[in-house]
Formats: sequence, C-alpha cells, structure tokens
Amino acid sequence: MPRSEHRAGADEKEDRLPTKKRPLRPLAALGALGTAAALLGGCAGAGAIASGGDGTTLVVAIVSNPQMEDAISLQEDFTQEYPNIDVRFVSLPENEARAKITTSVATGGGEFDAVMVSNYETRQWAEFGWLTNLQPYIEESGYDDGDFLGPIRESLSYQGDMYSVPFYGESSFLVYRKDLFEEAGLEMPADPTWQEIADLAAKLDDPESGTAGICLRGLPGWGEVMAPFNSVLHTFGGRWYDRRWNAQLTSPEFREAAEFYVNLVQEHGQPGAAASGFGGCLTHYSQGRAAMWYDATAMVSTVEDPDSSTVVGQNGYAPAPVAETDYGGWLYTWSLGIPASSEHKDAAWKFVSWMTDKEYTKLVAEEYGWERVPPGARASTFETPEYQEVASAYSGVMRQSIARANPQHPTNRATPYSGINFLAIPEFQDLGTRVSQQLSAAIAGRITVEEALRQSQRYAQSVGDSYKEEQ
Amino acid sequence: MTATAPAPRPAAAASPPPPARPRRPRRGGAGGAALTVLTWAIALVFVSPALWMVLTAFKTEGAAQTDPPTFFFQPTLEQITGVLSADFLPYLGNSLMATLASTALVLVLGTPAAYALSIRPVKRTKDVLFFFISTKMLPVVAVVVPLYVAAAEVSMIDNIWTLVVLYTAMNLPIAVWMMRSFFLEVPSGVIEAARLEGASLPRVLWSVMLPIMAPGVAATALICMIFSWNEFFFAVNLTASQAATLPVYLVGFITSEGLYWAQLAAAATVASLPIVIVGWIAQRQLVRGLSMGAVK
Repeated sequence: MPRSEHRAGADEKEDRLPTKKRPLRPLAALGALGTAAALLGGCAGAGAIASGGDGTTLVVAIVSNPQMEDAISLQEDFTQEYPNIDVRFVSLPENEARAKITTSVATGGGEFDAVMVSNYETRQWAEFGWLTNLQPYIEESGYDDGDFLGPIRESLSYQGDMYSVPFYGESSFLVYRKDLFEEAGLEMPADPTWQEIADLAAKLDDPESGTAGICLRGLPGWGEVMAPFNSVLHTFGGRWYDRRWNAQLTSPEFREAAEFYVNLVQEHGQPGAAASGFGGCLTHYSQGRAAMWYDATAMVSTVEDPDSSTVVGQNGYAPAPVAETDYGGWLYTWSLGIPASSEHKDAAWKFVSWMTDKEYTKLVAEEYGWERVPPGARASTFETPEYQEVASAYSGVMRQSIARANPQHPTNRATPYSGINFLAIPEFQDLGTRVSQQLSAAIAGRITVEEALRQSQRYAQSVGDSYKEEQ
Repeated sequence: MTATAPAPRPAAAASPPPPARPRRPRRGGAGGAALTVLTWAIALVFVSPALWMVLTAFKTEGAAQTDPPTFFFQPTLEQITGVLSADFLPYLGNSLMATLASTALVLVLGTPAAYALSIRPVKRTKDVLFFFISTKMLPVVAVVVPLYVAAAEVSMIDNIWTLVVLYTAMNLPIAVWMMRSFFLEVPSGVIEAARLEGASLPRVLWSVMLPIMAPGVAATALICMIFSWNEFFFAVNLTASQAATLPVYLVGFITSEGLYWAQLAAAATVASLPIVIVGWIAQRQLVRGLSMGAVK
C-alpha cells in the first residue's frame, strides 16, 4: 500500500496494455483479510459453541451491576456442583438489559434461560404468561422463600406464587456527612421531614468549597429522576391518578411536591443537576462534593468502599424523609426469573436458586467479605453477626426502610396503581420518561414547573383514558 | 490519523493534470506561527477525548473520578489486564468476522453497481442512486423489532451471519455512492482503449479500472470497516452469548450502581486499537482516496 506513487506510474503503462497480467495488491490484501475474517470468525464461533460439551448450556441475561459481576466470577462454584450445566452470561447496563430482555421475553425469542428482572416487570409479566411460575420449583427443592423480607416477596408474587426470586433488594434513604454536620454544629433528626432536609441543605450548601447542600437526581429517565421524585410525591400526599384514572399531575399536592423538588435541587443541589442520575450523584457524593444525598440504599457498596470513595466512615444514614405520610422510601429489587420460552427450565432453576440462596451469600462473604454480599432480600443476611458488624452504620435503616415499604398503598389516598418509585403499569416506561424530560427541563430552568406539569398532565391523561375505557 | 498525514498529492496519475493554479506561497513569520499554533490547538481539541480515554485506562477507579482530572498519576495496568482476562477473544473474533466479511461482501456487490451507475448508466440512474441512499434515511430503531422477529423466526438470533448480512446492507449504499464518484474519475479514454484492445468487461474492471481506483477502494473499505466495527445497536439487540461483538462487550462495563470510568476507558482503548492500526497502515491510501473527488 505505501508504494502508491510507484504504482500509479505503473498503471499508466498498463492502461495501454490492459491484457498484461499483474497482481492487484489492494484487492489481494482485501481478499486475504476476508479469508482471515472467515477463519477467525469461524474459530471464534466454533469455540463459543463447542465449550458446552454434552450437557446443558444456560444463557443468563443480567444487569451489569457490581454484585452481579461478583456472581459471574463465582460461577465456578456452580459448575463444580453441576458439571453438566454450562452457564453463559449476557451482562448489559440497566437500560440495554431491560430493552433486550423485554423484547426477547415478549416475542418468545427464546435466547435466554434466566433473566434479571425487577419488581416492576415480574407481576406484569406473570400476568401475561411470559414468566415461569417458580412456586412448584421452590416447594419441590426445599428452597427457603420464607426468609425473604415480606414486601420483597410480595412484590415478586402473582396470585400468591413467586414468579422471580430476589437477588438483592433496596429501598431509599438519606446519607449525610457526619463530619460536615459536626463542623456546622448541626444534627440530623432521627426521622427527618423534607422541610428539615431543605433547611439543612441551605445551611450546608457551600459553593465556594464545591460542596453542594444535597445531591438529588435530575437526569431524564423513568428509572432516574422519577424514582426519587415519585417517592417525594407520594409522601407529599400526591398521586398520578385518582381511582377513576383521572390524571392528577396539576393537582395542588403534585404541584407542591414538584415545586419543592425542583426548588431544592436548583437552590442547594449539585451543579449540572439536570444531567446527573444515580451514577452522577454517586460520583459527587463519594468524592466529597455533597453534604447529603437521598437515593437507593444500594449506594453503600460504593460509598463505603475505600477503593472508590473518599468519604468512607464519615457517613450517617437516616430514613427517607417524609412530609404528609409517615413513610417516604421506595422498594426495588433485582430478581431472577425463568422465561416461559426457556427450553431448560429445570437447569435454569438450579442456577437461579444457586444465585439467590443463603449459601451464595456465605460464598460471597468467604471470597470477597461481608460488605460485598447482596443485601436487602433475606432476613437471615441482616441477622448474621458478621454482616451486622460491617454494615452497622446502615443495615438497621436499610432493613427498616424495606420492611415498611407498602407499594400497594404508595400514598395516603387511594390509587388505581401500585408501586412507589414507579407505577406498575406497562405504559410507565414511556410515560415516566416523557414526564421525567419535563421535570428535568424544569430543573435545568428551561421551562417552569407549571409548564412542565401542564404538559405532563396531557401525557398522563392519554394513558389514563385507555384505562378508563377498560373499566 | 489523517490530520497528521502529508498533504494530499494529485490523485491517480492517469487522470489529467489539474488546471494550473497559482501556488500560495508558504507563509512565514508571525502569521505562519499563529497558523501553526491554531492548527495544533484544533488538532488537540479533536484528539483530547481519545487522549482522556487512553489516560483514564491507566488509572484506578478512584483516580479516574477526580475533579479536575489529574494528568500525573501512578499508572496501573489493572484495568487493561482486567479487560483482557475476561472473555475478550470471542468478542474480538466476532467483531473481526462481522467487519471483514461484511466489508468484503460490500466491495463484491458494490463495485459492479457503482460501475453500472457511472460508466454505463442504466435508465433512471438518479432514481436508483436516490433509492440506494434513501435506505439510510429510516432510523434503525424503527426496524429493529421487525428484524428481531424475522431473525427469531428463522433461528438466526445470536448468529454472526445475521450481523454480516445487516452490516452489508447498512454499508452498501454508502459504498456505491463513494465508489461511483471514484469510477467517474477514471478517464473514459483509458476504458475505450482497453476495449479496443479486446479486453472483456470483467478484464477492464479488474485490470484497468481497479488499479486506478485502488486508493478509492481502500478508502471505501476502511469507512465500511469503521462503521461495522463500531456498530452497536443491531449487535446489542440481535445477539446474546454467541455472536456478541466488541461494542456489546464494552458496554457491559457500564453499571448503574458503581464507578466504571477506568474500566470502560480501558475496554474502549483496547477495542479501538485494531481500527487505529488499520487506519494507520492505510493512511496514505486513505488521504489519496478521500481527496480523489477534490482535485477534479
């Protein structure tokens, strides 16, 4: 290729003598590359397929969170127990995993034998017949499902039967910097209200030193800003719909909650709040750039990890702040289910039960330490003295937050939907994302809260109307 | 890469010399220095994200999060070895297969089409050309579910040949358009002379036109390779554990519940190396190929 100058000269001669045989270097190179590709690709494909041996190959789709990655690296323990079952993981970030798993399960694509889903999907998919009823497997194998925390078990059950089993569970709470509170002579109330948190954020906000009063998500996405906002909304006594599916996004309670959230994050939140989601807040807080942060309890695995965080050991934890109701947290769980289209359900159950069993918790503790065990699903984990010791700062608040969550009654008035941080209806992925874009625009100051809510009300009403027709 | 390459020379020697244009004298003194500084500044702006990626690949997760970013730190190979020790090779093999096979197919199918549309125009050539390019106007997200269902129907989900076919279809319009412009560069006299000598059509194509067009073909191939190598949307939706390519492997490092910048940067650095190497090898051809139309 580099000798193109010389070649161009040669071409000139050969243009007059086109019949003369000559090698075509660029094309020859391409041909060689193509052959190499076929060989390499063929080898790679063959290698990937062949390693299953005579046994069963399970394909498991999971969300690429740290605790799931631990499970991937511990799979040898499973293959030792079941040498004939080969497990392959497809590990993707939350949004990609959700889209892919939904497409596959809904169309019966059949490429997965076990999938990671949450309490958002489980009930809906159980109702649609997309997931396998796990209760017969649970009963037959003597798997201890009585050990799961009540709200977690309930949120993964349909008509009393479990359709997915939890890997870990989470609620929301407030983390705060004890050292900054001490310096400022402030104290965190045992059960803070949102108004108290707003006052504390105002006092602790210190733009000069680069410390925000509070970190709150503002990134569009139904799983981003909508999660903390919905929990604020519900404790303010607001709701998305009344019992007859009339949208309530311009009601006084909804407006009050939205104005409170937007004002708090605009006045005392982190810079660039409209672009920060869980990950952004995690970076802000763990690098010491915020005095408080209200978010998922799963934050502790990074906030208390000396490799990733500069504020280890300086943190206090308080229950989710409240307003009108006496509980302000949420409930979320990542769980494993078996698609109805799987051809290896028995083998899939063996894997699913291995990854969610009490023994697995012990295995993680032995290999990586108790601070890395997937928390929030099993009562036995909270009761283990070793776990209590490493998680003493937060495990009590975490367990209480999960145990008190009641997704069936998210607020103090009746709702036609269940779910706190999300609405457990299929339309919410789209509706929540649209409304979150409005809310995020209000946080960025591009539109007013009033404008955001008026537009959101229209979106919500069109979804509500489809349910009215069904009634 | 092309930013640092020598200035393009006139393209194929067989083409008529470009009309004499007065050469602008090289600027000296302050003006020249300012221009140099400006050029470097712009180049630096363009290269800075890649530079940041490479730097971050050698940091620990904690160090990658510092604000402002640090430029002097204790480098570590922890992330790079982490990326390579996982199941990297099957993904690399799939990426190579999808990229090279689809590029070869594009060239095999695209060259005759471009020839027909330039040297021997068929009826309604313009409509045909527009039809080709119009296939690029539909957002891919609109077709992914039908494609998924169709692929599932014929048991081609998670099969590398599905990606090969899709990437070929995806790149073919661009390749036809590009190669057509290169065919138009070939002086008609050369073709006529070859035909008078009794050369058959394939012979004319193979022995006369392609050598003149080699830089153009190389440029087209490289662009097709880059597009296929980086393609993520089809790959993530239509593959699972057998046929997943490097971009799918790369995105697995993103997590919503932890820090991942250093790991992701390491994976991205490793994943972009092959295409950087190919681009570097083909650099000279590329500059000639991409500027072929410019010297007309």
